[in-house]
Amino acid sequence: MISVQSVDLTFETNDGPVQALKDVSLDVKQGDFVSFIGPSGCGKTTLLRAIAALENPTSGKLSVNGRTPDEARRSREYGYVFQAAGLYPWRTVAGNIKLPLEIMGYLKAEKEERVKKVIELVELTGFERKFPWQLSGGMQQRASIARALAFDANILLMDEPFGALDEIVRDRLNGELLNLWKQTKKTICFVTHSIPEAVFLSTKIVVMSPRPGRITDVIESPLPENRTLEIRDSKEFIKIAQRVREGLKAGHTDEIL
Amino acid sequence: MKFFNMLRKLFSNGNIIPIVTVLAAIGVFWYSVAIPMNSERVARKFKDLTASEHVLKAWNLEKPKLPTPHQIITEMVETVFFKKITSKRSLVYHGWITLEATLAGFILGTILGIALALGIVHNRAMNLSVMPWVIASQTIPILAIAPMIIVVMNSVGITGLLPKAIISMYLSFFPVVVGMVKGLRSPDQIQIDQMKTWSATPRQLLWKLRFPSSVPYLFASLKVGIAASLVGAIVGELPSGAIAGLGARMLAGTYYGQTIMIWSALFSAAFLAASLVIIINIIQNITLRKMAIIR
Repeated sequence: MISVQSVDLTFETNDGPVQALKDVSLDVKQGDFVSFIGPSGCGKTTLLRAIAALENPTSGKLSVNGRTPDEARRSREYGYVFQAAGLYPWRTVAGNIKLPLEIMGYLKAEKEERVKKVIELVELTGFERKFPWQLSGGMQQRASIARALAFDANILLMDEPFGALDEIVRDRLNGELLNLWKQTKKTICFVTHSIPEAVFLSTKIVVMSPRPGRITDVIESPLPENRTLEIRDSKEFIKIAQRVREGLKAGHTDEIL
Repeated sequence: MKFFNMLRKLFSNGNIIPIVTVLAAIGVFWYSVAIPMNSERVARKFKDLTASEHVLKAWNLEKPKLPTPHQIITEMVETVFFKKITSKRSLVYHGWITLEATLAGFILGTILGIALALGIVHNRAMNLSVMPWVIASQTIPILAIAPMIIVVMNSVGITGLLPKAIISMYLSFFPVVVGMVKGLRSPDQIQIDQMKTWSATPRQLLWKLRFPSSVPYLFASLKVGIAASLVGAIVGELPSGAIAGLGARMLAGTYYGQTIMIWSALFSAAFLAASLVIIINIIQNITLRKMAIIR
């Protein structure tokens, strides 16, 4: 599905080159829910952006659905959810969700149908005609997810979509996202800096560390596919969380040495 | 009824007291300054006046150095309401001539401003090269350029509205360029990246994101632009031989020492400018409310 082979990515800045990714290799299979976790500066967002063709790797090979990331972008094979909902204030919720469909030239009837479908999916029915400022932060982010789902991309890339929300809303949206993933069977890449979030959501957890950004551990989650929030108190959950924490710590020790 | 409600609101908000206070202060200052400024002429014309008679004469001279507000208002009422609007002595006639050139120049300037802004935002070479020229264009005094434009255009047989409109355009395109460049660049990186993930064409990026984002900036520019347009139209009337328009009226006033005429033309111009800005403000509020940008 997504294959990353020894990718390096260096940014040229005024203070000289900064290596954001070093020798990163990874395989994401169809239907995976992959979380990227690590401290800021570990390149998790950069990796996601490279998969989305928003950044260009300096070297290495990246392929999405068997094509280059840019080809995949052009044929709209992924939906991207950013940190901020980024809804257009002059469009209603429905209008915002319709935006990518307008850009992609869907027919009117199909646009309406798809908007209706994804609004139901993210449980925003009744809010179609509201403007973004009339919604809470959590609802805005749900609208933003609906927008990324509106066209049938089978990959969903999410860059800390719930980072700005409080924990209660976040828990709820995590549950909803998991349901959504099961319903739509999409492949999801999810950037986060919350360990419980990563462990709760993922089938695969990619632990990263900074300077230079690299992968320190990849954990295949043994948790069952059907999860409820209570699973976070289970032994397996705590064990995986521990392993993630150790992976993060290992990255830091490297840095000190 | 509605009008009275509005008035009541105005009073109850306490808005009216500061306004009246400022107006009263200006009035007191104006009338008191008018006495010494006009007293020389009073003394020359009349002998043996008591002090109060002297003051009254100073406030009501036919050709005063400084006309008083009531003289200007009387003149304005007379030349606006009691002259046929086709008459050369009607302020409505002169105001309309100036307004025509103002609006034509404003429309041209807005189009030019938006076009330049689009170029600057979309083309790297234009981004680097155009802005310095745009700024340089505004450092040249309009009074120096206006006669040249009039003369050059006259020599190729273009007279009347167009040369004045060009001068208006010259002044009004500037705020539009500056505002629109800022407005078109106002979408944040996330919004632009988002468009990229949908593989939007540059045209879609412009129409669906950049242009709607720039609307509040556009209106701010238009308000400055239309006032500048009016100044341009008036300046454009000065070197053209003072035939018609508010600028011509001011010039004619200075030729013949008709200070009241100058001041009434000046007040008309100010009134016109304020009205135009208010109209744009109303259009702005309606548009932005419709776009749900203000609520």
